[in-house]
Amino acid sequence: MSTDLGVTPAPTKAAAAATASVAAVSPLPGVPKPDPILVVDNIVRQFGGMTAVNVPHLEVQRGIITALIGPNGAGKTTFFNLITGFDKPSSAPRLIGGPKSDHAARSMFNGRSVNNMGAAKVAQRGMVRTFQLTKALSRLTVLENMLLGAKDQPGENLFAAVIKPLWAAREREITLQAEDLLQRFKLLEKKNDMAGSLSGGQKKLLEMARALMSEPTMIMLDEPMAGVNPALTQSLLGHIKSLRDEGMTVLFVEHDMHMVRHISDWVVVMAEGKVVAEGPSATVMDDQAVIDAYLGAHHDTDLGDDSLLTDEVAEELAKEVELENRTEGDA
Amino acid sequence: MNEFLTTLTAIAASAFSPSTAALAIAAIGLNIHFGYTGLLNMGQAGFMLVGAYAFAISIVAGIPLFPAVLIALVAAAVFALVLGVPTLKLRGDYLAIVTISAAEIVRMIGRSSLLTDITGGSNGLTGQSYRGPFTDLSFLGDGQTTLGPFTYDNTGSNGWWVRLVAWSIVGILCLFVFLLMRSPWGRVLRGIREDEDAIRSLGKNVYAYKMQALILGGTIGALGGIIYVLPASVQADSMGRSMTFFVWTALLLGGAATVFGPVLGSIIFFALRLFVQGIAGQFVPDSIMNGQQAEQFSWILIGVVLMLVVIFRPQGVLGNKKELSFNVN
Repeated sequence: MSTDLGVTPAPTKAAAAATASVAAVSPLPGVPKPDPILVVDNIVRQFGGMTAVNVPHLEVQRGIITALIGPNGAGKTTFFNLITGFDKPSSAPRLIGGPKSDHAARSMFNGRSVNNMGAAKVAQRGMVRTFQLTKALSRLTVLENMLLGAKDQPGENLFAAVIKPLWAAREREITLQAEDLLQRFKLLEKKNDMAGSLSGGQKKLLEMARALMSEPTMIMLDEPMAGVNPALTQSLLGHIKSLRDEGMTVLFVEHDMHMVRHISDWVVVMAEGKVVAEGPSATVMDDQAVIDAYLGAHHDTDLGDDSLLTDEVAEELAKEVELENRTEGDA
Repeated sequence: MNEFLTTLTAIAASAFSPSTAALAIAAIGLNIHFGYTGLLNMGQAGFMLVGAYAFAISIVAGIPLFPAVLIALVAAAVFALVLGVPTLKLRGDYLAIVTISAAEIVRMIGRSSLLTDITGGSNGLTGQSYRGPFTDLSFLGDGQTTLGPFTYDNTGSNGWWVRLVAWSIVGILCLFVFLLMRSPWGRVLRGIREDEDAIRSLGKNVYAYKMQALILGGTIGALGGIIYVLPASVQADSMGRSMTFFVWTALLLGGAATVFGPVLGSIIFFALRLFVQGIAGQFVPDSIMNGQQAEQFSWILIGVVLMLVVIFRPQGVLGNKKELSFNVN
């Protein structure tokens, strides 16, 4: 089994198509895409005097994997909450005293407006998210967790709930669908266990599988790899890619640079609440300015590497630091 | 030994008394709030009182029995709506604060001398003034019936008829809760109990579900209130804060989030108290603890038992051990 994230397998047809679809797009922040599924404008969120997020315009291309990266505190998760309806932009239109209409927050998903919409409605439109800290419903079984993700269960209406024949047929359908997904995520033998008894990584898998139960058009993953061991990371990566290959749009927030480089077709870089760069994963990573400014100049240095302990390398690093200090002093 | 038998009989009698059934019904309502949805309703007695007042006042005003019950349920639903609209979007603690004060407000209004014409003020409404239509429905006839050691009037104010109706309602409600909680609707409620945001991210309107649960549990509480006052009288102070805590005690003793937990809890709650009083009355001389002190001691013991249950068996008597094996915070 390969745990080496440095080896890229040959790209699939869908992957090639995804890469091709954004090949002609120029790598500038807020650039228009040929076929955007999500378009947001003027998303601003202030906490008191601090502006956590300020994104004038951003488009997410349909059918590809887009990664949202940036250093800690860049506002990635806040931005995520804003577009999924878990938080409201400070720039949202208000009845009285809101911003002017051309400065008001706007978001279009799949050709329809999702302005000012609650989280539940956004999810019903087909934009389903997961959380950085997994929210497995601990005292429900794995299968119950899955069934909660399904749409159109008439038994979720109070008045139909008491009469089982009204919802039993749909229940059978979604149970089959849930078992299929659990099989795919290797959780099927756990289906009658309480979700609270799963390991951290399994909970991540369960959360992703649960989000897929509603057959979303776009899935938003908030740090899907946080706290997951390398072996499971590899299989999660595979799952994310296969979602894209099935035609789903994926947007995810991530810290892990290696993973981003590997699976994303397009990368959006955020820092201090703004989108500072975007582009195809290969080129945006090569943009030295982005790497230096937002990922740190030594992001590629393996701090656990023995070779670092040789005098030569140490001298080299010292020189670099000196150079940096000088340039900073100049500025 | 004979006295011991008398104590046992008294315990058994209280186990199926109408007030035990009323407490069980209120606890079933609270179970929907707390056990299944995770709503902290600290004012279940307020719902009971709203139901009791609405029922009794309607009957006194000349409205027939079933419309009067309906009015009581609607009043409780409106009460729940008023409490839920501002609080259910906030964190759970706010509902607790609002319900505990709203229950007190209802009680204070009920015993206010300004409304003596309607509510009877602090004296309340006597049972005779509203019991008529209920006892008229009885098909048990007059006279007394003896079943084993228990002898009651067939129909009178505190007889077999009210027991029969009260426990039938308990049975129907248990079946109702069982049907609801095995359904996808109940699954959503339990999901909300675990994590609201997760349920929201799956496209469910959490606010609407919480509101439905609050209204449903509240109207069941009102039904409990009606049963509670049928053999007695409507008195604001008999359904105050302590009643809320009796309901909570019954629910936690029996086991929250179980179908029969609230019923068993109510029975244990009344039986345990009488048991302690009976035992103390027989075996402890008056110089150490007299009858009044024994009653107070039984309350203390209930409190201690509740603490022990919450610490060592938080799922209650009937709770699921599997659900206990990990703590969710």
